[in-house]
Amino acid sequence: MKQNDYLQLNNLVKDFHDGRGNIVRAVDNISLSISKGEFVTLLGPSGCGKTTTLRMVAGFEVQSSGDIILDDKKINNVPAFNRNMPMVFQSYALFPHLTIYENIAYGLQVRKMPKDTIRNDVAMAAQMVNLVGLENRYPGELSGGQQQRVALARALVLKPEIILFDEPLSNLDAKLRIQTRTEIKRVQQLLGITALYVTHDQSEALSISDTIVIMHNGKIVQSGSPEDIYNHPADPFVSDFIGNANFFEGKITELDNRFVTVSLLGSEVRVPAANVQDGLGRGNDVMLAIKPEAVEVKPDTGQFTGKIEVSSFLGATTEYKVEYSDGFLTAIHPNTHGEVHNYRFGQDVRFSFKTDFFKVYKR
Amino acid sequence: MNIARKPRRINSSFHQLTREPALMIGVIIITGLLILFILYPMFAAAKMSLTPNGQFSGSVYRYVLTHSQYLNAIRNSVFLGAIVATLATFIGFLFAFSLTRVRIGGKRFFQGMALLPIISPPFMFALSVILLFGRNGLITSKLLGMDMANIYGLKGLVIVQTVSMFPIAYMTLSGILQGIDPDLETCAMNLGAKRGKAFLTVTLPLALPGIFASWLLVFVSSLTDFGNPIIIGGNFNVLSVQAYLEFTGMGNLPRGTALAMLLLVPTVGVFFIQKYIMKNKSYVTVTGKSSRRSTSQSSAALRIILTLLCAVISGFILLFYATIIGGSFIKLWGINWSFTLNHFIYSWDVGFTTMKNTLFLAIISTPITALFGMAIAFIVVRKDFPGKHIMEFVSMLSYAIPGTAVGIGYILAFNKAPFELSGTAFILITCYVFRNVPIGVEGGIAALKQISNEIEESSINLGATSAATFRKITLPLIRPAIFSGATFAFVRSMTAISAIIFLVSARWNHMTVLILAQTEIMRLGAASVMSFALIIVIMVFIFIIMKVTGLGREQIFGTTK
Repeated sequence: MKQNDYLQLNNLVKDFHDGRGNIVRAVDNISLSISKGEFVTLLGPSGCGKTTTLRMVAGFEVQSSGDIILDDKKINNVPAFNRNMPMVFQSYALFPHLTIYENIAYGLQVRKMPKDTIRNDVAMAAQMVNLVGLENRYPGELSGGQQQRVALARALVLKPEIILFDEPLSNLDAKLRIQTRTEIKRVQQLLGITALYVTHDQSEALSISDTIVIMHNGKIVQSGSPEDIYNHPADPFVSDFIGNANFFEGKITELDNRFVTVSLLGSEVRVPAANVQDGLGRGNDVMLAIKPEAVEVKPDTGQFTGKIEVSSFLGATTEYKVEYSDGFLTAIHPNTHGEVHNYRFGQDVRFSFKTDFFKVYKR
Repeated sequence: MNIARKPRRINSSFHQLTREPALMIGVIIITGLLILFILYPMFAAAKMSLTPNGQFSGSVYRYVLTHSQYLNAIRNSVFLGAIVATLATFIGFLFAFSLTRVRIGGKRFFQGMALLPIISPPFMFALSVILLFGRNGLITSKLLGMDMANIYGLKGLVIVQTVSMFPIAYMTLSGILQGIDPDLETCAMNLGAKRGKAFLTVTLPLALPGIFASWLLVFVSSLTDFGNPIIIGGNFNVLSVQAYLEFTGMGNLPRGTALAMLLLVPTVGVFFIQKYIMKNKSYVTVTGKSSRRSTSQSSAALRIILTLLCAVISGFILLFYATIIGGSFIKLWGINWSFTLNHFIYSWDVGFTTMKNTLFLAIISTPITALFGMAIAFIVVRKDFPGKHIMEFVSMLSYAIPGTAVGIGYILAFNKAPFELSGTAFILITCYVFRNVPIGVEGGIAALKQISNEIEESSINLGATSAATFRKITLPLIRPAIFSGATFAFVRSMTAISAIIFLVSARWNHMTVLILAQTEIMRLGAASVMSFALIIVIMVFIFIIMKVTGLGREQIFGTTK
């Protein structure tokens, strides 16, 4: 078995009929390779096809074309109940008429495992996710976080090679969400399980994944490590989705091997050539993207002029909405070392960019 | 709840009454009406059966419970009810499962088939079965050449009650099945269960309370059914018919009343069990938001089998309707098959006035029932006063009282001063109103509970008065429930028989009673025409309601989308 393609999706397509005679392509020819033990996240806005992709892997949806290959074997026609890829559902899908013990034991019982094995395995799974003592309760008597852990234990008890996650944290409150994702990551690494995880929350994806796959309109637009995706978004969509980037229109006026000069807001900026999309040359109209963290607002020095529209103190950072000649931009300043600038609403300011962080895309 | 707080709550709820005189007057009037028209007739009936000679005595019951004729009737009723409840629940589950979970094609058609029996006269299927399988039946005599086919009795009753009562099971179960998150089945399969195993370990156990509830509802319906057994029961003696015959035929008022009171025991028992089940079914939705995707995990073979089964049953239902229509045009069924319009002419002469009166009474009582039900629901949900749960309970209780007992109770309660009402239109209207009000109350409570206080508060907060809030916010939101309740009230008024057969008079007759009379004198053609006409009138009314209000079939009948 080759290490880097334990689970392969080859040219997967899924078409739905919308009931009015039209065909909607939910997943459009995606290919993906996942290594053993890798944590891969499908990230994208709702309707991008990420959940449909996951459900095809689980066998709940049948692909319109393409192959799913596990361990060098095509599993296109393996029914869902034989795939052994337990999924943690968004709704947890705990069986309300069964106790926590029975919920966790369910997969083992339908596999007709011996009673002793079931008892031991359930006890171990319950221990692993810290559910000891709750085995005789019913799901309705548990808190949201506990229910979530039951769903996880129910999957883990099957000792699977792969676990699927369908937005498992979206029903938890913010603090619990962070706690639980750390927990999921810990267990996944401990057991060396391969994970395919679906979410629309970029901070969740960034914090938990080995590889992030960004999907948009049924297609994969970029995949790579969290650092790679964050620092080198492949197109304006990824820039916006991952970094909430500011966008500007410009034109390339000069370029050499190391730098590209782009006209911007009646002035010019020099951007490293590595940050420019391939195939762009002198005279091309371009789209510049820059994250709010790379915008510096200052009282009196800076390349451009603007006016504070909104100033939001967020604790670790302060976020400014700045009005400039062509519209509004967002800037985020860390509140480190007590140097907090308190810009007022309507105050005239100057701003400039850390130009190394500009991304230049085709317009 | 700690004890110390309780008196204060009662105090404060008393205060709401004294603060709002209009509410107090409303509560007093409603309570008075509920006592007079629901509890008092039952009291009168109980008194009649317990004081046969003016003195308190259990002798009537002792007599009934020691004589084989009556014991047989009890046994037959229970036996029939158990068979019908089992079959009807099975078919209802089949329909509900096929339509809500497997999502077979032809949904609108099958749903229509499952609703059609609800809007049909009570013994239409019995009439149809006689035409098809009776001594001169189209199938038994004409096609199979059988000489003395006997469809009367248990066989015939099982067929007609199952067909006419499976919609009760369907409506109960489709609600329950829709409440089960499809993710659960998907998850079971994901964990390694095959489709059948997932059904047996997840779907079925979760539907079990609903299955049990539906079984009980059908059981009670069968037990209290009067229209079918009187027509097709033959020698198979059941309690409701026995009570009627004792009461009106033999004039043995105490014994007839006692038999009717015996019916009350299981129905009220079921009413309590039902309430208990529905209160504890809450585990259906415990966890977070569902993905709302329906499972289309079913195999093609399963879909075909379920579609075929539903189609066969629907075919039967349609056959029964076609038979009634056919019977309207055939000169003498089984003997002379030539075409005629004579039955229409005869029915017009004999039945026109009755039809007019039946419709008139139904149209008068329908809005009263709907508004009265909504008023009770509104007070129960939105106001706080001592005894409001008792008010809710009593208003729902009339659901549990068998029609035969209601009819006898009304006759006994309202035949002398100060309430001398027998033979009037008024007694029929009150009977309709109080028998059908639970549907309105139930629907109203469900609708009002869905409107959170915050919606109304935000309207008031935005500057609307309470009255304007009610008109602009509350009323539009409960409107579907009002019209749904009204439609059911109308249909039930038009198809009533078990209670009103005791209350009709020469002046105020009812179509169903007239059809029964035609059937008894073997004028089956005329009976067919009149049944047919009754269905048409009901359908036209529902059609008008849907057009005028813009509500769909789902909203009116509260079934699946």
